[in-house]
Amino acid sequence: MADYIGGTVNERLARNVYEVDEGNSHIEVNQEIARRTGTGKLLVRVCPAHVYSEEPDGTISVEYAACLECGTCLAVAAPGALKWHYPEGAMGIMYREG
Amino acid sequence: MSDDNYDFDVIVIGGGVAGSVSAYLLARAGHEVLLIERGVEPGTKNLSGGVFYCRVMQQIFPDFLAVAPIERRITRNALSFLNPTSFVNVDYWDARLADPVNAVTVLRAKFDPWLAEQCEAAGVTVMPGVKVDALITEGDQYVGVRAGEDELRCRVIVAADGANSFISQNAGIRDPEPTHNLAVGVKSVIRLGEDEVRNRFNLTGDEGVAYAVVGDCTQSVAGGGFLYTNRDSVSIGVVLRLDDLAAKGRTSSDVHDHFLSHPAIKPFLEGGELMEYGCHLVAEGGQKMQHDLVRGGLVVIGDAAGFTLNTGFTVRGMDLAAGSAQAAATAIDKALRSGDLSEAGLQEYVKQYEASFVGKDMATYAKAPEFLETPEMYGQIGELLADVLHGVYNLDLTPRKRLLPTAMAALKKSKLTIRRLIRIGLRAVRAL
Ligand SMILES: Cc1cc2nc3c(=O)[nH]c(=O)nc-3n(C[C@H](O)[C@H](O)[C@H](O)COP(=O)(O)OP(=O)(O)OC[C@H]3O[C@@H](n4cnc5c(N)ncnc54)[C@H](O)[C@@H]3O)c2cc1C
Ligand code: SF4
Repeated sequence: MADYIGGTVNERLARNVYEVDEGNSHIEVNQEIARRTGTGKLLVRVCPAHVYSEEPDGTISVEYAACLECGTCLAVAAPGALKWHYPEGAMGIMYREG
Repeated sequence: MSDDNYDFDVIVIGGGVAGSVSAYLLARAGHEVLLIERGVEPGTKNLSGGVFYCRVMQQIFPDFLAVAPIERRITRNALSFLNPTSFVNVDYWDARLADPVNAVTVLRAKFDPWLAEQCEAAGVTVMPGVKVDALITEGDQYVGVRAGEDELRCRVIVAADGANSFISQNAGIRDPEPTHNLAVGVKSVIRLGEDEVRNRFNLTGDEGVAYAVVGDCTQSVAGGGFLYTNRDSVSIGVVLRLDDLAAKGRTSSDVHDHFLSHPAIKPFLEGGELMEYGCHLVAEGGQKMQHDLVRGGLVVIGDAAGFTLNTGFTVRGMDLAAGSAQAAATAIDKALRSGDLSEAGLQEYVKQYEASFVGKDMATYAKAPEFLETPEMYGQIGELLADVLHGVYNLDLTPRKRLLPTAMAALKKSKLTIRRLIRIGLRAVRAL
């Protein structure tokens, strides 16, 4: 991969500035509905920040601290599969370019 | 509500272009305005492709071009068809686009703080780092906002909270948007250095170029790519319609990486340094998203009201955000003066934006979203163009054919039929 891309998505995000709200995730997956509706696999694909990943047992794990707060996951999720809201004020991503 | 039962005349939710412009204009008109922004500073949550069609800003801030943090003046526009092994461009430079200036590039994390400063100078109370959780109602009237434990009361609320529009959704005013009205933009800002930007893009001084790209950049997902020049960096990325991204089984970051690695794009970026990787939602539904924008004591503006236009040639949202803010400020000023803050009183906002360039352009391009659903736009059209040009330029010692037979041969090779091509052409003419 070309250098200017900045490596893996995780490596790119490491250059961003975040104010992480430790211990207070703004994302919650309903595993049962996510699995039944296929939302789980969809979240893994659509999220540009790779916040979601599928574990070998099929559960979806969430790296909420990496979230860029676009709202894509919530827009595509089946009803009930995902609870997602903006992080608390002043928390989360801090773009410096935009 | 008794007259002194409020903290501000107006509370604006969201310090993006829409929110800040409305707050600025209302403060200038003499009202007490509070601007609440969830980011630690305005701009820290915001991301745009970056081409601001800025005449409206020059109207509001006469010295805009001299004092605003702008990156480059856009004098060259390229409409690009990208295929796996070819790149066809309609590349248009015009000195008339420099004088008067028509468009500039901006980076929102630098631009929005400037806008907020203008607000403060005009007397707006800017409150960053606070997220509005809910609206407060009294009967049919919206009378304030709740943020955590705090409640703040006002006479009018402006919801300028961006494409997710959670404020209106959570209040039950607007339904969640269907995914075919939404797209996700995935973007990188790559630093090249000022001289390199000029050299690679053939630019002079502070002039800049904007490429709007369709085709292989999105790997057949409905949407497009963009490549815009900043002072010493480029903004590059893809915009992917959510329903089609889901349907085509693609991974959003892979599509972004595919575009940036394309052999026709790579030479622009090589040696550059990634400054930021980000993403943001885009409202893509056009005019049909303008519903439920007024309630008693409440108006919805900017992206939250779906004021974005993607015509394939240009992506516009910031100018429409500013224009809808102007319309809202005019209407709210009138309502505050007359005292009629009911839904009927604030309907003036709709009249104002419909009469302005905002409503007119949304109406003109009402069919653009449907046109951009034409699947051939994301592959076959670009390939046909490249095949025609290949026939023209590939002088391989076989006898030349005239342009028309060359084009017919290319068409025959393509999956497109003349009838289909004519139909697409007619739809384009009607929609754009
Ligand atoms: C990839 C991409 C490319 C684009 N390219 C272009 C382009 O080239 N040209 C163009 O003109 N437009 C472009 N757009 C569209 C443009 O960015 C938007 O139309 C514009 O930013 C809308 O401005 P806004 O003020 O309505 O919303 P936003 O800029 O999104 O501002 C909303 C603000 O509200 C704040 N907020 C949200 N909820 C709350 C809350 N509960 N409490 C407090 N604050 C809150 C947010 O933090 C944010 O500051 C692009 C968009 C994307 C994503
Ligand atoms: S909001 Fe965007 S970045 Fe955050 S988890 Fe959802 S899709 Fe990923």
